[in-house]
Amino acid sequence: MSPHIAGIAPAGVSLSDVGRAFGAHVVLRDIDLEVAPGEVVALLGASGCGKSTLLRLVGGLDHATSGSVKVDGAEVTGIDPRCAVVFQEPRLLPWRTLAANVALGLPRDLPRSERAAQARHWLGVVELERFEGHRPRQVSGGMAQRTALARALARRPGVLLLDEPFAALDALTRLRMQNLVEEVQRRAGTTILLVTHDVDEALRLADRIVLLAAEPGGAPGTTVAATVHVPGELDPADAALLRDDLLTRLGVPQRTTPAPKETVV
Amino acid sequence: MSTVTTARPAARPAAGRPASRRRLITVAGGLVLPVALLAAWQAAASTGVYSVAQLPPPLSVAQALGELVDGGLLWQHIAISVQRVLIGFAAGSALGFALGALVGLSATVRTLLAPSIAALRAVPSLAWVPLLVLWLGIGEGPKITLVAIGSFFPVYTTLSAALAHTDPHLVELGRAYGLRGASLLGRIMLPGVAPSIFSGLRLGLAQGWLFLVAAELIASSMGLGFLLTDSQNTGRTDILLLAILLLAALGKTCDVLLGLVERRVLRTHS
Repeated sequence: MSPHIAGIAPAGVSLSDVGRAFGAHVVLRDIDLEVAPGEVVALLGASGCGKSTLLRLVGGLDHATSGSVKVDGAEVTGIDPRCAVVFQEPRLLPWRTLAANVALGLPRDLPRSERAAQARHWLGVVELERFEGHRPRQVSGGMAQRTALARALARRPGVLLLDEPFAALDALTRLRMQNLVEEVQRRAGTTILLVTHDVDEALRLADRIVLLAAEPGGAPGTTVAATVHVPGELDPADAALLRDDLLTRLGVPQRTTPAPKETVV
Repeated sequence: MSTVTTARPAARPAAGRPASRRRLITVAGGLVLPVALLAAWQAAASTGVYSVAQLPPPLSVAQALGELVDGGLLWQHIAISVQRVLIGFAAGSALGFALGALVGLSATVRTLLAPSIAALRAVPSLAWVPLLVLWLGIGEGPKITLVAIGSFFPVYTTLSAALAHTDPHLVELGRAYGLRGASLLGRIMLPGVAPSIFSGLRLGLAQGWLFLVAAELIASSMGLGFLLTDSQNTGRTDILLLAILLLAALGKTCDVLLGLVERRVLRTHS
């Protein structure tokens, strides 16, 4: 049915005592996080809390001002070939076809015919093989974002970094994208770091949710406020409790906790 | 990108009007004004509002054309002018491209160079003439250099401005996918500004023709600019008008040719 996904060796991520400050403005401090190979970790936090910055540190798009960031045991220095990023916007090159955009993720030294075949393969993984010759402007936002995902997978990343990749999509497309990521992850076993402010998305996709927030009354800068393991089989009542708990911690207290039955009737 | 979309208004349904027919209408529409001018010209010349020395009728301009063609001089004038424009344009646009890229990409280079280049740009073309003659003599050198100066600025200005406003998201994407230096420039930045590059080149070519006339005022003995001044000195208004018409025709032809290249390159582009 779906094309075979092979050649992805999941890598672990290790952050110890990581801090990032822009001048006097401390964004992140004292971040310790271990992500096992193949694990899906959601970084959850309010907007502006520095969760995207953290993701950029892992991808080598930014550097930590203190501490160490390691992928697969090796220090990250600059852009890391073991990581692939999907941004909130598809960021496709408008002058290239979808296939040529996906090819951007492929190794540079591949022969031309092999590049074309692999680009088509990865478009197939996101079910867009029929649109390989289309330009980004000719396809919908969801299709563009799927292309961006194919481009990231083409890198065969040890760690897939997703920076709020579904935030700009409509609700239905978002659900479809979540299914797709879930399926790709299940088949490829890749490690995923997912930045999101959507609690339901985090609960749905992640094995573990890392809540990022500033410590009330503590030193400035966002740090790990809590880590929540999401059980594989989550029954709806527990999920609702977990959801309310997380939202409360994010500063949005909820009162939707299922009340005892008799009061509802 | 915008040039391509405006050149192809095929978005609305072709209401039973095939492309060839539309094209014919466009060409015919463009000819309305020249034909009207020609008629007005003929009328003004034949009613005696102007003397023949001031405004010879179209026919005598055509005769002057025949005269120059027969003497074999016309091709020489045209060839030398075209050669000066092409060499000057090639040199000027290449330099404009290189400096435009540097200034557009590097804030340091921009700080150092941009104000000085902007000041040089403000110098009127004719102001360079005495200096170029002094430094380069009266051969081909100063003429080609002047054309190069004319072509340089539009290419430089459009490219540096376009590169300075490259989408930072796409640049970051390129970096995230392992592109840097020349590969980042070649795969992300230059394709992104290709439409601007072409509009810069077209403006540069047009300005090259403008500066050619100034260049051929420099002690030249051939070329369309020379034909202008020479006919003025000898009172041959018919040749004067002919030279102006030829400059218009050649300039337009060059622009059309470059426009064809542009369409070819940008067709696959957006």
